[in-house]
Amino acid sequence: MSKFGERWDASFRQLVAEAGIMALKDSKIDGSAIQAVFGGCMASGRFLGQEHIGALIVDQLGLNPIASTRLEAACASGSVAFRSGIMAVASGMYDMVAVGGVEKMTEVSVEDAATALGGAGDQEWELFQGATFPALYALMARRHMKEYGTTEEQMALCAVKNHENGSKNPYAQYQNKITLETAMNSAVIASPLKLFDCSPISDGAAVAILCETSKAKKICEQPIEIIASAQASDTLALAQRKSLTELNATKVAAKQAFEQAKLKPKDIQTAEVHDCFTIAEIMAVEDLGFFEKGKAGKAIEAGETKLNSAISVNTSGGLKACGHPVGATGVKQIVEAVWQLRGQGGQRQANGVEHALTHNVGGSGATATVHIFKRA
Amino acid sequence: MVWREIPERYNLIGSTCENCKQEFFPQRLICPNCRRKGKLVEKKMPDEGKIFSFTQVHSGAKGFENETPYTLAIVEMPNGVRVLGHIVDAQPEKIKIGTKVKAVFRRIFAEGEEGIIAYGFKFKVAD
Repeated sequence: MSKFGERWDASFRQLVAEAGIMALKDSKIDGSAIQAVFGGCMASGRFLGQEHIGALIVDQLGLNPIASTRLEAACASGSVAFRSGIMAVASGMYDMVAVGGVEKMTEVSVEDAATALGGAGDQEWELFQGATFPALYALMARRHMKEYGTTEEQMALCAVKNHENGSKNPYAQYQNKITLETAMNSAVIASPLKLFDCSPISDGAAVAILCETSKAKKICEQPIEIIASAQASDTLALAQRKSLTELNATKVAAKQAFEQAKLKPKDIQTAEVHDCFTIAEIMAVEDLGFFEKGKAGKAIEAGETKLNSAISVNTSGGLKACGHPVGATGVKQIVEAVWQLRGQGGQRQANGVEHALTHNVGGSGATATVHIFKRA
Repeated sequence: MVWREIPERYNLIGSTCENCKQEFFPQRLICPNCRRKGKLVEKKMPDEGKIFSFTQVHSGAKGFENETPYTLAIVEMPNGVRVLGHIVDAQPEKIKIGTKVKAVFRRIFAEGEEGIIAYGFKFKVAD
């Protein structure tokens, strides 16, 4: 993966090349072995005026004339591209593929970036009414507080924990620790959410190489096996959901993923979950089954999601501290899972990682994916 | 489509499925419960409801600069349908989960000084 952050030093295509070269070197293969490319990207048209990202990626990686396809599922674009790569290899259509995600969001004003991101919701019924993404997650947070007594401090503690983890990640956008006071005293964006409850606007790219497990074992030193890949959907508009305190798409994808892997939530040691907002991390660790519904706030307060606690959540720093280049996030989470399983997590390495899970969400929960990994 | 071509937006006209009786807003063409067995017809939504959740938006969306901060809520109507909209003309202490609200016809935003003005529903505290 590329370094995440405000990458004024790198163009969209440079980010793709940076992550692509790293993935090829890591997997010890030559580009000529790759037969197809699947790239996730949410809104390059709005951010850069550039579409046709499939062609751009394959061209920049010097891999013409192989097939290359862009996939879009808002902030879940990366993991949806990853799943397409899995299906392409599992079907036997291709032997080896490259999957990636990329987004360059800092070329436009914050207002224009927010409008572009608003397209992940229901343009006609949410964005039209002035609903920003922080506003949609704030509506969920308010309900979670009402139904389960979750507090603003518990939400802020997610950000404190993720900055702590991010401070140990050289690829993270924010490598500084923050205090609970800093988070609690930050400006209100959409009440009850404050600035430090929100993930940032970021640039970045991430790439992975996929092939059959038996083949990977012959090629690279520490191959990682995908033991579950699931995806589910829900209503595009938040107001139409049965519940505002859970993401049903996450619950459905998690159930399928645990069935595929023949595992239970307690078998997972590290999880990269989609914390676009702190309340999203609280709902995610509940919907994924790590904590009972309504109990995650207290668990976070007790430090049960910190590095090397009950479960290490967002060792990368999460979307909050590592950054959230929307199309890249889903693949970046997978890169972190791979590093944790290989013991390459550096200062943020969790102990005894046997199974790692990644959870990526599009919009306010209309798309969710869950992947589970182990050492091959 | 311009706003005036979407009557649901200012009249709160949704749909109801004659098969399963569930009501929807905005309108749907296919009932998600019954699919092909369903039959959707237009249905006027109640113009009253209760605040189900709310937020005060301090970092407003583009086009809403002049009214920021503004309050958005998801309102639950007696038929179980929930809609997202602004809460207007209310003292902040009155805006709570459970507060009764009534739909009103208001300007949503204007596309610049000479552009199209979009109208639609917003909500007002009922009492």
